[in-house]
Amino acid sequence: MIPVLLIAVPLVAGLLAFLMKDGGARGLALFASLLTLVVAIWSVAEPNGSKLLEINTDWISGAINSRFALSMDGLAKILCLLTAISFPVIFISTWGEQYRKAKNFFGLMLLSQAGMLGVFLAADALLFYFFWEIALVPVYFLASQWGGERRIQATFKFFVYTFFGSLMMLIAIIYIAQHNHDHSFSLGAFYSARGTIKGSEQTWLFWLMFLAFAIKMPIFPFHTWQPDTYEQAPAAVTMVLSGVMVKMGIYGLIRWLAPVLNLGTYIWGDTVSALCITGMIYASLIALRQDDLKRLVAYSSIAHMGLMCLAVFATTESGMQGVMIQIFNHGINIIGLWVIVYLIEKRFHTRKISELGGMAEKSPALTAMLVIVALANIALPLTNGFVGEFLMFTGVYGSKATTYNVVFTVTAALTIILAAVYMLNMVQKVCYGGANKLTEQSLVLKPNEKMVLVVIVILILLVGVYPDPLLQLTRSASESILAKMNFNP
Amino acid sequence: MANYIYLVPLFPLIGFLINGLLRKSLSKSLSGIIGSGTVLASFIVSLLIFFQVKEPDFQPQTVFLFHFLRVGHFNIPFSFLVDPLSSLFLLIITGVGFLIHLYSTAYMHDEDGPAFAKYFCYLNLFVFSMLLLVLGSNFVILFIGWEGVGLCSYLLIGYWFKNIEYASAAKKAFVMNRIGDVGFLIAIFALIARFDSASFDAVFGQASKASTGFLTMVTLLLLIGAMGKSAQIPLYTWLPDAMAGPTPVSALIHAATMVTAGIYMIARSHILYDLAPVSQTVVAIVGLTTAIFAATIAIKQNDIKKVLAYSTVSQLGYMFLGLGVGAYTGAVFHVMTHAFFKALLFLGAGSVIHAMGGEQDIRKMGALKKHLPITHITFLLACLAIAGIPPFSGFFSKDEILSAAYEKNPVYYVIGVAGAMMTAFYMFRLYATTFRGSFRGTADQQHHLHESPAAMTFPLVVLAILAVIGGFVGIPEVFAKDAHLLGKFLDPVLSTAKTSHEVMPASTEWMLMLVSAGLALLMVILAWTRFSRKPELNEASGFGKVLANKWYVDELYDAIVVKPLNAFADFLNRVVEKGVIDGIVNGVGRLVQYGSRQLRYLQSGLVGGYVLLMVVGIILLFVVQLFLRK
Repeated sequence: MIPVLLIAVPLVAGLLAFLMKDGGARGLALFASLLTLVVAIWSVAEPNGSKLLEINTDWISGAINSRFALSMDGLAKILCLLTAISFPVIFISTWGEQYRKAKNFFGLMLLSQAGMLGVFLAADALLFYFFWEIALVPVYFLASQWGGERRIQATFKFFVYTFFGSLMMLIAIIYIAQHNHDHSFSLGAFYSARGTIKGSEQTWLFWLMFLAFAIKMPIFPFHTWQPDTYEQAPAAVTMVLSGVMVKMGIYGLIRWLAPVLNLGTYIWGDTVSALCITGMIYASLIALRQDDLKRLVAYSSIAHMGLMCLAVFATTESGMQGVMIQIFNHGINIIGLWVIVYLIEKRFHTRKISELGGMAEKSPALTAMLVIVALANIALPLTNGFVGEFLMFTGVYGSKATTYNVVFTVTAALTIILAAVYMLNMVQKVCYGGANKLTEQSLVLKPNEKMVLVVIVILILLVGVYPDPLLQLTRSASESILAKMNFNP
Repeated sequence: MANYIYLVPLFPLIGFLINGLLRKSLSKSLSGIIGSGTVLASFIVSLLIFFQVKEPDFQPQTVFLFHFLRVGHFNIPFSFLVDPLSSLFLLIITGVGFLIHLYSTAYMHDEDGPAFAKYFCYLNLFVFSMLLLVLGSNFVILFIGWEGVGLCSYLLIGYWFKNIEYASAAKKAFVMNRIGDVGFLIAIFALIARFDSASFDAVFGQASKASTGFLTMVTLLLLIGAMGKSAQIPLYTWLPDAMAGPTPVSALIHAATMVTAGIYMIARSHILYDLAPVSQTVVAIVGLTTAIFAATIAIKQNDIKKVLAYSTVSQLGYMFLGLGVGAYTGAVFHVMTHAFFKALLFLGAGSVIHAMGGEQDIRKMGALKKHLPITHITFLLACLAIAGIPPFSGFFSKDEILSAAYEKNPVYYVIGVAGAMMTAFYMFRLYATTFRGSFRGTADQQHHLHESPAAMTFPLVVLAILAVIGGFVGIPEVFAKDAHLLGKFLDPVLSTAKTSHEVMPASTEWMLMLVSAGLALLMVILAWTRFSRKPELNEASGFGKVLANKWYVDELYDAIVVKPLNAFADFLNRVVEKGVIDGIVNGVGRLVQYGSRQLRYLQSGLVGGYVLLMVVGIILLFVVQLFLRK
């Protein structure tokens, strides 16, 4: 019931939007996204295992044994909550933005939301793949139609890259479906496939699936689509991409790969962990040298996603719970950063750090927000970022899935320092010093912008000080996935 | 009363929120009252708690507030620990902190309303973080406060953010602290992995079960954290730069909060250090090296705040020495007396700078004793205290550390005394150059010389009294039996720590005391007479120049860390990312495009060609079929 509503609300509203006038579509989009948020909050309030959180009906039967099955556990809940919070935040913060053919823009935005919610809810592999693509296509059009100068080039790369990954995943999904007991695409059947698919098969199947997720997150060296796409896509789409869409990668890994191909995950754990850490340090160092705010945030995000992926492979309770709460936190924080970058660009017509400076003097409110979000991004205690990172690092250190746990922790921890360097460098160059010609103008936040930023700051502090409710929300999901990942070698 | 412990950090938190959220609408006097009043309220609660803790039948109490990180098999609650050690730190933080707040209301009066409120907002947050740090009942809460004070120092050092150098100093402080913090964090991860808990009870209770190797690793990692926060070699360079902030902030950072955190943390974890002798030696050597090294730099500095900053680094070195030789009580004792006289020195320096219209160079001062009588006399008392002249407070605490060092290794003692001599020398160089001799500033400055208002002199007087008598809570055994009140108070927490006085013969102790005090006194007289008459006005030359330039350590770090890192990052950004990785990706893309272009020629539109290809294909299929059959 609830899962269907979650997908149906944005889907129906999205289709309606195409038929409406531009102004009406904007209002409808906001209304639908708020309605989705209400449903998402309802789902969080509903206890795990409740009948309302499941649906399972016929879809494609016969030769292909796939069912329309959706279900919601703590992991799905926290992701749906993130998705549902993100869209109103995005719509409200970019409320004044004028789009050509706005009805199409908002229609596509809502369709992508429906697709992403579907990805998080699907309990059937084919359905999961279906939603995975449904989420991608609207985003492709959004970026290529409404993006910056080099949008075609950037989005083409993005599309080809992710589509290639998706195809690999499809092959793996079909193979797994054919090799489990009841030749079914259902999540349950996939989980039972651990028994029937041999280690030798898992070693190559793992990469087929992991490639799709690694490109999406992205994991080094499959990340080069991201900075270009973030730079070229319109602000609202960049927020969708980085706040929610990249979480599809880490979600897929947690739900559909690690517990399904547990042997493959174990075998390749060290390799992938090494890639993650290389990427974390690599992206952090590159972030040090960026002059474009959007590219800086993009590289910082690559570093953070690397840590999440690393923590999944640690196969520990704290690591897994850390990832689950960090998925939420990362989404909130990065959208906060994008909102601020968007406001700066809108006001000062530049994203170049070297052209800004001294913003603190005339725009104190925005500066305060930027500092808080930047601090959350570098995981300062009592912000949400700390909770996630602390748990993930604890998990990586305590990992029994690898013998290199200490080496991994220590090298990955270097990014804690590097993050402080690049973030505070940015804050200093953008906000401090004397005001220049550009920043002499003050940036006064409009009520809608202020509201969004205040909501983000409240979420940052609330989760940072009292994360317990969210941790308890995902606890059972984390335990059950870990139980499936574990085996006796 | 201990159950109300949450009030202690709550008050400054409320002050932070009010001053932060309403900074545009509050009047300056109101923000000042809120800022200082909340800390005073905390001080009163701390005092009540202190008296409860002092009762002989008091048992350490853990006060649970709420669940913080509850994951699977481990649980890190947000809870506070009330015991003698934390209650003593509460008094220092809120007491000295309150005086600094009070002083600031006058010192910062030139700032406009919102900036004034922002200042108190940060100051309150600083006190709040430091309180969390000492109250936490596990390493994670301690760490929250730990990074919190790092943040606040960042905000306050960069308070005058329009000056980009100040903003850089702020960033430097944060990053240097972060380097240490990573060491601390890894220690916490290791403890959690080993004991499934980060709480002091659990960790210290099970510590003896762990291997010495493990404990050595953990304690060394904790030491890295402490080196960052308490400005020890090699992570000390942020502290002298931290004077970019308003002067009362320096007082807060150097005396009541922040830099003492490392000492607190090691004293708190002394059970681990007692089991890891190698780490203890490292702590002692780091402390001793820092004490000497910073003292040499302080001798040649001409900025009043820089001299004090390096003296802090040096004094912190003594505290580390104390920790390293097992004189935990002595180290904590020195934290306390140092809080009194260093806060006094910085606030006194602020009063001088205030009177001199912002001038900080002591070469342009002189003869200030006439114009600033209260500042002068209190400053002098503080100098006597830090120089270790009996019976001022610094003498007792430093003596306790030095005699414990002697017992461990006489070489420690000798080097320590050499450092103490330098301390006496540079402090009285500072004192004589600033307050004695003749005035060397401009006529305009001379005209404006004035004693500071009561809100500034009152804290000076209170701190001066404490700096003079503060040592009497730790009178050594040789003077009187059972007179070491502080030692007795802290005994339940630091009990395993050795107290030197039980083993050493009284005669040796008398001798050590006479030597160190006598030599210090000699240096005081030497510096006083020399610099009153002939202050050092010229730029230093020769070896003095090396000292004046702080041994060129900043330049060294720049050359071996900052520049190579940036160059490497540049290389990754320009060559690897754009050339190699993206090059491969685009190359694959181009290859596909090229391939498809070639294939396109097959679609020539000539029916004959198609038929030919079809026939070839059919033949091929047959051939393949034939071969596969076999």
